Amino acid sequence: MQLVLEKRAERSRTIALISPLIAIGLTLVTMSVLFAVLGKNPITALGVYFIAPLTDSYSLQEIAVKATPLVMIAIGLSLCYLANAWNIGAEGQFLIGAVAGSWIAVKTQGTEAGHWVLPAMLVAGAVAGALYALIPALCRVKFGASEILTSLMLVYVADLILDYLVRGPWRDPAGFNFPTTAEFDPVATVPVLIEGGRLHLGSIIALVVVACAFVLLDRTIKGFEIRVVGVAPRAARFGGFNSNQLVLLTFAVSGALAGLAGIIEVAGPIGHLQPGISPGYGFTAIIVAFLGRLNPVGILIAGLFLALTFIGGEQAQITMKIPLDVTKVFQGILLFYVLACDSLILYRFKLVFASRQVQSGAG
Amino acid sequence: MLDPGPAAPRTTQPLLQTVGLTKRYGDFLANDKIDIEIFPREIHALLGENGAGKSTLVKTIYGLVQPSAGELRWQGAPVKLSGPSEARSLGIGMVFQHFSLFDNLTVAENVALGLDGKEPFKAMSARLAKVAQDYGLPLDPNREVWQLSVGERQRIEIVRALMQNPKFLILDEPTAVLTPQEADQLFVVLERLKAEGRAILYISHKLDEVKRLCDTATILRGGKKISTCNPKLETAASLARMMVGTEIKEVKPPAERRTTVPRLVVNDLTVAPAELHGVRLQNVSFELKGGEILGIAGVAGNGQDELFAALSGERLVKEPGTIIIDGLACGNLSITQRRKMGAAFVPEERLGHGTAPRMRLSENALLTGHAASDMVRHGFINAAATLRTVDRTTETFDVRKAKRDPEAASLSGGNLQKFVVGREILRTPAVLVVNQPTWGVDAGAAAIIRQALIDLASAGAAVLVTSQDLDELIEIADRIAVMFHGHLSEALPRAEATREKLGLLMGGASLDQKEAAHAAGA
Repeated sequence: MQLVLEKRAERSRTIALISPLIAIGLTLVTMSVLFAVLGKNPITALGVYFIAPLTDSYSLQEIAVKATPLVMIAIGLSLCYLANAWNIGAEGQFLIGAVAGSWIAVKTQGTEAGHWVLPAMLVAGAVAGALYALIPALCRVKFGASEILTSLMLVYVADLILDYLVRGPWRDPAGFNFPTTAEFDPVATVPVLIEGGRLHLGSIIALVVVACAFVLLDRTIKGFEIRVVGVAPRAARFGGFNSNQLVLLTFAVSGALAGLAGIIEVAGPIGHLQPGISPGYGFTAIIVAFLGRLNPVGILIAGLFLALTFIGGEQAQITMKIPLDVTKVFQGILLFYVLACDSLILYRFKLVFASRQVQSGAG
Repeated sequence: MLDPGPAAPRTTQPLLQTVGLTKRYGDFLANDKIDIEIFPREIHALLGENGAGKSTLVKTIYGLVQPSAGELRWQGAPVKLSGPSEARSLGIGMVFQHFSLFDNLTVAENVALGLDGKEPFKAMSARLAKVAQDYGLPLDPNREVWQLSVGERQRIEIVRALMQNPKFLILDEPTAVLTPQEADQLFVVLERLKAEGRAILYISHKLDEVKRLCDTATILRGGKKISTCNPKLETAASLARMMVGTEIKEVKPPAERRTTVPRLVVNDLTVAPAELHGVRLQNVSFELKGGEILGIAGVAGNGQDELFAALSGERLVKEPGTIIIDGLACGNLSITQRRKMGAAFVPEERLGHGTAPRMRLSENALLTGHAASDMVRHGFINAAATLRTVDRTTETFDVRKAKRDPEAASLSGGNLQKFVVGREILRTPAVLVVNQPTWGVDAGAAAIIRQALIDLASAGAAVLVTSQDLDELIEIADRIAVMFHGHLSEALPRAEATREKLGLLMGGASLDQKEAAHAAGA
């Protein structure tokens, strides 16, 4: 008897839907073992991680706040990945978007500037993110440089630019030498949706982005181009689609969304520019994109789930003294299982009882 | 035809025998209880359509595939082969249809890679030259493979197999890539191998060849053995019936068509090769009128793919005037623009080039239909229109599929080809460029496709068919030109296009140098 992986005639649509759930299930089992090894009660730990945050309004809002940048970035990344363009540098595009938008906030600080400031900041953030993402895209199209490496390396460049600005030219003179800009003016701040709450306009923008991406991929010829170029490049060329143009387009869109997420984060929940504005949103969004099956609705759900792990991780650290790094371990294990379970879409397990080889007398 | 004598002496025991050999892939039976006996001094044909199970059977015999049930006997004793090297050590050699050669290495280096490496390179090289000489397969061990013709490359594979002195040699569709004259030379070699007492398993679907060359034929259909017979006592029609299972619909010969104005004109087209060792198109010129089918014959790899890329617009050329579709210069226009001008294209490779394998048929209808149809409005896809195309193609071309809109990869080769050709023909193109329209397609589907091409031309379109199958071109084309080393010959009217003339052109001779070519070929 043996276990055989057998190719399916067609992709299984059912498995495509439930494979992320299988992955989550396997992750939870693995985490339980990990908690047990750490000497914590797995049931309590998983409860703190995944149930507790869902029980109070503060945590629920906080989940939405965390999910907002994750979903926006992951939507952009999913377009890239569908088109076989591997943008790993969303973190850098996020930071550059935050910097560019903040520039307007810093320059208008204390002036009589009106309500145009916030929209201008959002536009600046998106444009800067797009331009920053176009650097690796152009390098790939013009010189054949691997966009995986170049986009990743540009993350560190963006990080250092931000660091320089908040420690140097943009530092708040009244900030006791802390590396941060002054708090943004009200006209340069993303409004909250509930008085006194944390939920802000950015979450609405993220939902609009999800809806637009859904329509783009499902209903338009451009979305079709993106999908064909990814799965069958030669057929795409035969169809008349230019893969280089699509690399540039998807990188620009994903950079713009990451940049937009960056400036919304800075002008919203944080309120000023400082180092460490992102707990790795740009990287976690890669997991969100794949967990969500590169599908806009899936990404929305996956984004909320990953946000839950951030909040749960913080609470577990506070109440159970579980290191925050366990959250990253969790996310890593999850990505591993998601990619592994994807094999089930095209293959199925089958138990074979008869011996595969011929049993012949002389053998 | 050295020795047409009596069939192999049946008194000896078979060299190789399969007993109830079965290979199962999931629910699919590729080989179903196959019994076959091959004797020394015998050329044994394995006949069958694509998907009949020929490849699986020979791969099992060569140790590449493990059978699910049944056994293999070598000189009467059961054997289990764990891999090709074991098969080779028994004395089984194989020449594949698709060569496994490194372009940038020399002939000798390529042969050395396939041997066990115990022999010093120099000695091996000398032995190679000798074996090649002995069998009349001239080869220079020091030439690099990329400089060689397809026929010469096949010689490398054959010599490589012969250097191991096999008792049993398997050849998979060896003449598919040869000109008729090269095929004749190959047959002489095979007759000689047979006379030396070796057994040959000859896979083919060309019935005339099999009748001429083989002593025995085993016919497979749908994974089962249908019959073993003496092909010389059968007619081509009776063999075909056993292969296909039903009578094949005759393609109606093209009625006298009135040609109209030139719809596709190619004017002194020269294109540099896209890749290293690629073929350069050299001053290709032809004119194709409405109502006419022009066939382009030639051995694979002589520039047919490059010509398709240039005509379709997958590769652009600088001079717009070198390609003219319906009077408009379009050498520098994209494939989408050319489709809008009424051109349609069918590439050779249906999976991955003509269609995206893992996308549904409706999406694959959109792949080429987005250019010129009602499938896209203001950038939005009209899903109903794409499905309509699938339904119409299914109906008109009898595309068999499990559900209304399956993934392209789930269709059989013949059905997918009918879809790919049908998708373009239903747009009633002004110009249709099609590469290998019936390659690897079952006889029924091939007849439907050829008929559709003829009907399209009768309706006034200009049709350009590139094919390596001379019989196909002679059947449907009004004129036939030959592609060799990137040059295109003058087109011969069908009445003058004999296999012999075309074969000479395919080998690179020009017709007025017939005698010289004969001398060189001898």
